[in-house]
Amino acid sequence: MLTLPKKELITFLIFAVVVLSMPVWLIPFGASYPGLLQTFAIFGLFAVGFNILFGLTGYLSFGHAAFLGVGSYTAVWSFKLFTMNPIPAIIFAIIISGVFALLIGFISLRRSGIYFSILTLAFAQMSYNLAYSVLTPVTNGETGLALTMQDPRIIDLAFSERGEALPQVALFGLNMAGYGGFYFAAIILILGYFVAQKIAISPFGMMLKGIKSNQNRMGYTGLNTKPYTLAAFVISGMYAGLAGGLLAVTDPLAGAERMQWTASGEIVLMVVLGGIGTIFGPVLGAWIIKYFANIFSAINENILHNMFSFLPASVQDFLVPLLALFVGEGWELTMGLMFVLVVVFLPGGLMEGYRRIAVRISAMSSKETKSVDKPAQTDKQAGGE
Amino acid sequence: MATAKHNTVLHVADVHMRFGGLHALADIDLEIEEGKIHAIIGPNGAGKSTLLNVCVGRLAPTSGAVVFDGQVITGMKPHEINQIGVARVFQTPEIFSDLSVMENVMAPAFAKRDGAFRLNFMKNVGQEKEIRQEAEHFIEDVGMTAELETPAGSLSRGDKRRLELAMCLIQHPRLLLLDEPTAGMSRHDTNTTIELLKKIKARGMTKVIIEHDMHVVFSLADKISVLAQGRIIAEGDPETVRNDPEVKKAYLGGAQE
Repeated sequence: MLTLPKKELITFLIFAVVVLSMPVWLIPFGASYPGLLQTFAIFGLFAVGFNILFGLTGYLSFGHAAFLGVGSYTAVWSFKLFTMNPIPAIIFAIIISGVFALLIGFISLRRSGIYFSILTLAFAQMSYNLAYSVLTPVTNGETGLALTMQDPRIIDLAFSERGEALPQVALFGLNMAGYGGFYFAAIILILGYFVAQKIAISPFGMMLKGIKSNQNRMGYTGLNTKPYTLAAFVISGMYAGLAGGLLAVTDPLAGAERMQWTASGEIVLMVVLGGIGTIFGPVLGAWIIKYFANIFSAINENILHNMFSFLPASVQDFLVPLLALFVGEGWELTMGLMFVLVVVFLPGGLMEGYRRIAVRISAMSSKETKSVDKPAQTDKQAGGE
Repeated sequence: MATAKHNTVLHVADVHMRFGGLHALADIDLEIEEGKIHAIIGPNGAGKSTLLNVCVGRLAPTSGAVVFDGQVITGMKPHEINQIGVARVFQTPEIFSDLSVMENVMAPAFAKRDGAFRLNFMKNVGQEKEIRQEAEHFIEDVGMTAELETPAGSLSRGDKRRLELAMCLIQHPRLLLLDEPTAGMSRHDTNTTIELLKKIKARGMTKVIIEHDMHVVFSLADKISVLAQGRIIAEGDPETVRNDPEVKKAYLGGAQE
């Protein structure tokens, strides 16, 4: 029941190792600090969940940031009302975002294609505006929802005295602000990845793939597609809520800007960049976008001058202003260019690039060992993907 | 509701279908007998496809009813009609082009089993041995064993049609509706398909075939209904229909000579 076929098991184990060793292998990239590592784990999880709806079922939602926001608010309320332990917080985040996803999905899934996308966008923008206006008692409006000294925290305060300072989120004493938070999020990402793999190879996942491939045929094949698409929507909404909850776990603060449409668009970019329909692709896309957003945006002209200090001054004066366009404030320009290149040349995302390289390598090695008839077959496979 | 004879699987009772001013189907009354191959022929625009769409729940008739196995199915959704035993092969192959041939045939089996909804992601597809074996069996039936792992989208048109047939067969329907199963096929492929359909017929599955190709119709059908301008103008065994003067005038005369 909790096992995977051999091939998937190997990918899963490699994935787990890659994630848990991130603090080490990200050092040369200058990205090995807790804040960014947490972001990588959390948005990787968001992308894995989004892909269940977009990649498997073929429904493009432009409103998933709403669930991220709902998850964050729920987690912060759990800290305020009950306990600073992150486990109840993320459980509540999953449940409440699941309820929201059920309502929004039920209505949005009455349409498909672009109309579905627009409905989800409309719901997300509604949630965003509500969080800023009428729901201020719940969301604390523009200030954002934060912990205060007056919070009831009934469970925590039943066992201990109220401290002098604001409490911190901690899992049985392990502080969630630094590396503790990263490992907590990383383990949840690995679990989420496992569940996504199970879904993809299950009969349920096969029905979702069938819906994506040919919904009309699925209907004439005896499948009531509605509950299936709704289940996919709710599951991916719960992933988003869980990711939102984790954002609050690592930093107990929730603001409405998390629900804005740009955040919903970003997750689409992540999945497309990494590879729609693959399980690892979306995680990769999330990591790359978050890396650019945090590292490239921090580079300024001075840093560039230092990097190119080995060059003659005249070349430096030409090169640095040119490159400066693509870093700092201009990181989105780099991101945009990269996105365009990937979509034009690798429509299947970075994972397709990886597959093409793998096919080329296996073709080359089989050429060395055997005759030349193998590449024809592998080419055919690559073409079908 | 008109009562059907006990060996009638599908009864189309007094069905009318109007699209605005167009009377696409007028007073259609058809009885499809158990275990028989019933062909519906007629010139273009006679209403054949409309009739089929009424039978599978894609269109709701303006008046009249369709009764399958004693149960009124007008107003039911396509997936519900499939669940009670009606499968359909489309005129242009409707398959899952992103999935492999194997998955294409397995999916309908799972859909038949889990159609109403089942969230069973604790199992994986590979563990469901019976369904996999059955899929292999039906793929062999349509002669595509060599293509098991081929993505269905890259198959030839004839293969796509055969694949779609296997997708319907794995559901063990009581009634199989085929919309021009040999359209666009070479003579050789057509003959293979005829042999295949004869083989299936021997297993007692009832079939309705909509067809243009007279060679196919006369080598398969037990009974033929001729449709012209939304009405049934003749009905009977192939010999009767072939010699019917009305039919000759309306259809065969132009097509055969």
